[in-house]
Amino acid sequence: MAFRLPWPGLKSPDCEARSMNGLEDWITSHKIPVGEVASNAVDWIRDHCQGGFDVISEAIGSCADGFTNLLTSVPPVLFVALLTIGVWFWKRAISTCVLVALGLLFIINQGYWQETMATLSLIFFATFTCMLIGVPIGIASAHRPWLAKILHPVLDLMQTLPTFVYLIPTLILFGLGTVPGTISTVVFAIPAPIRMTQLGISSVPKALLEAGDAFGATPRQRLWKVEVPAALPMIREGLSQCIMLSLSMVVIAALVGAGGLGVPVVRALNTVQIDTGFESGLAIVLVAIILDRLCRKKTH
Amino acid sequence: MEAVRTEPQGKTAALSFRNVDILFHRNNSSSAIAQAVKRLDEGGTREQIAAELGVTVGVANANLEIRRGEISVLMGLSGSGKSTLLRAANRLNKVTRGSVEIGNGTAFVDIANCDDETLRDMRRTRVTMVFQQFGLLPWRTVRENVSFGLELRGFTPNARRKIAEEKLELVGLTRWANSYVSELSGGMQQRVGLARAFATDADILLMDEPFSALDPLIRRKLQDELLDLQTRLKKTIVFVSHDIDEALRIGSNIAIMREGRIIQAGPPQEIISSPVDDYVRDFVRHMNPLPLLNAASVMRLLEVCPRWDDSTIQLDVTGHYGFNPVTATVSDRTGMEIPLQFHDTDDISELKVVSGCVYCVPVTASLNTVALLRQKSGMPVLISDASQIIGLCDDADMIGAITGVARASKVN
Repeated sequence: MAFRLPWPGLKSPDCEARSMNGLEDWITSHKIPVGEVASNAVDWIRDHCQGGFDVISEAIGSCADGFTNLLTSVPPVLFVALLTIGVWFWKRAISTCVLVALGLLFIINQGYWQETMATLSLIFFATFTCMLIGVPIGIASAHRPWLAKILHPVLDLMQTLPTFVYLIPTLILFGLGTVPGTISTVVFAIPAPIRMTQLGISSVPKALLEAGDAFGATPRQRLWKVEVPAALPMIREGLSQCIMLSLSMVVIAALVGAGGLGVPVVRALNTVQIDTGFESGLAIVLVAIILDRLCRKKTH
Repeated sequence: MEAVRTEPQGKTAALSFRNVDILFHRNNSSSAIAQAVKRLDEGGTREQIAAELGVTVGVANANLEIRRGEISVLMGLSGSGKSTLLRAANRLNKVTRGSVEIGNGTAFVDIANCDDETLRDMRRTRVTMVFQQFGLLPWRTVRENVSFGLELRGFTPNARRKIAEEKLELVGLTRWANSYVSELSGGMQQRVGLARAFATDADILLMDEPFSALDPLIRRKLQDELLDLQTRLKKTIVFVSHDIDEALRIGSNIAIMREGRIIQAGPPQEIISSPVDDYVRDFVRHMNPLPLLNAASVMRLLEVCPRWDDSTIQLDVTGHYGFNPVTATVSDRTGMEIPLQFHDTDDISELKVVSGCVYCVPVTASLNTVALLRQKSGMPVLISDASQIIGLCDDADMIGAITGVARASKVN
């Protein structure tokens, strides 16, 4: 006796599953070529603009290496002494001076001086680039709501996209070395100064803007004499965040061949050396603490 | 410069608002505003326009002349459009329709419709402003704040410094020149605001509730200082206030606004004596009459006082003391003369009042002075005008004056 459906029109479960498979097959067979497009775009850029990238690569590379060489040419102990004296005149806090001196002496003691200088140079360069580009973008987007609306998802993407993903194209375009490390660091850290600048400029009290207008400020005067000074604490906060974000990229930068404290960490990971790992990790932490104290605003 | 026209007749108005409408829309939609203007002309009310089009009518058809060298007060409850109108005078608020004219030499500049460069020039040299929340730049020292306007105009540091020192001396803050604004009290901060406004030497000074954020004692002190400065500087001041007492104290002209319209404008006496409607009457009723009352408004004329005989006027209720206007002496029933002291000014802080002695003050003396003399001497107070004793003042006269607000119209 044949199995009868309770009422016509209702398909058997078996039949339904088959049609589901069909839908799935259809979806998978019409794959949207996201990866392909990205790959083609990178290829296209490489084929057509390689000259430009070589110039950038050369410029950044020689600047960064030059700066590193400059830092390492100073005898380490002399460097520590000069820096400590400089910090005293800047911060006037004995505790900060002691921290800087002891931290750096410990790094010398552990034998990571060269790497630390390379890391400092990388951070300096990345931060400098971030501020140079980020602050004007932040100001522009604070004045133009449409730009802020566009920037918002882009900045989110830059911070959430796993770093390794954009390491691959930077590797292709800039080759191995300090340059892709610096550029990945910039991509990762630049949202901080953009966001903080934008926030700072757009939260300048209306009363101050009106005071500027009422006394006849030109748009340029309004920006430089009212908005930027009023937003300066926020911009400075963006700078310190930018430094910390850059520091958090040292290990990843080391993966693409940038020098610095990331290198011994990567090497320790590959060869399972606990001692090297701890020593270099501690050095990174010390650099972070020192930079944080130096960035922190003077408290009255 | 565009939007300039010449006015041949020698007008005394330094600033005039002509048919000014100011409308706001949340998204600045010009079509919504244009529709609202049309609706306003058809007689739509503020509420209707807000409900139908989402447009706020800040000011509607305001006409006002601000005379040169006077303090004019714009008054009204919050939301009445007084600040909105004031801020049209330097275009912090854009005028939707109408013009705001400022005398510029022999010509007039319509600041509501001039080009940006002219506007900037007017803001730098002709119209200046003092803000309710001070609007001082916290990262600058007091001196740098005062010279802000000069800096925008490109003065050299030396010239800025010189003018800033001068203006700081004017407001009594010389020794705070190098302090930061946050180190100063509210009253001092607003003095910095005043000095900054004076520094540009603009002749029109806009003051947007400048003393509202201050406590009453400091407020009164700053009002006095402003009046004192005004006698020397003779600026044209437009002052916004929601406080009738403040308006009466400092204003030589008062314009009262309600729901975006000017409903009455005139000298303070006129506002008090003939309020046009209940709104104005309500303001006047809630004012404090005491500062306005003086000896002239509380005294009883000697002619209407009871007499003992042809020569002696009865001084007090119980009839113990009498005053002889011919000999200008006071005596009691037994004929014993009571000492009579003349005091010419309103300032009695230095005067040692003797109990049992009769005092005589001029008609301009304040009620406060009269009341203090009455209380300390225990005797009625005589009032003189042009060194002739014309009236007297006892408890009943003062109480009558305080309770009968209508009598305040006798002021001056």
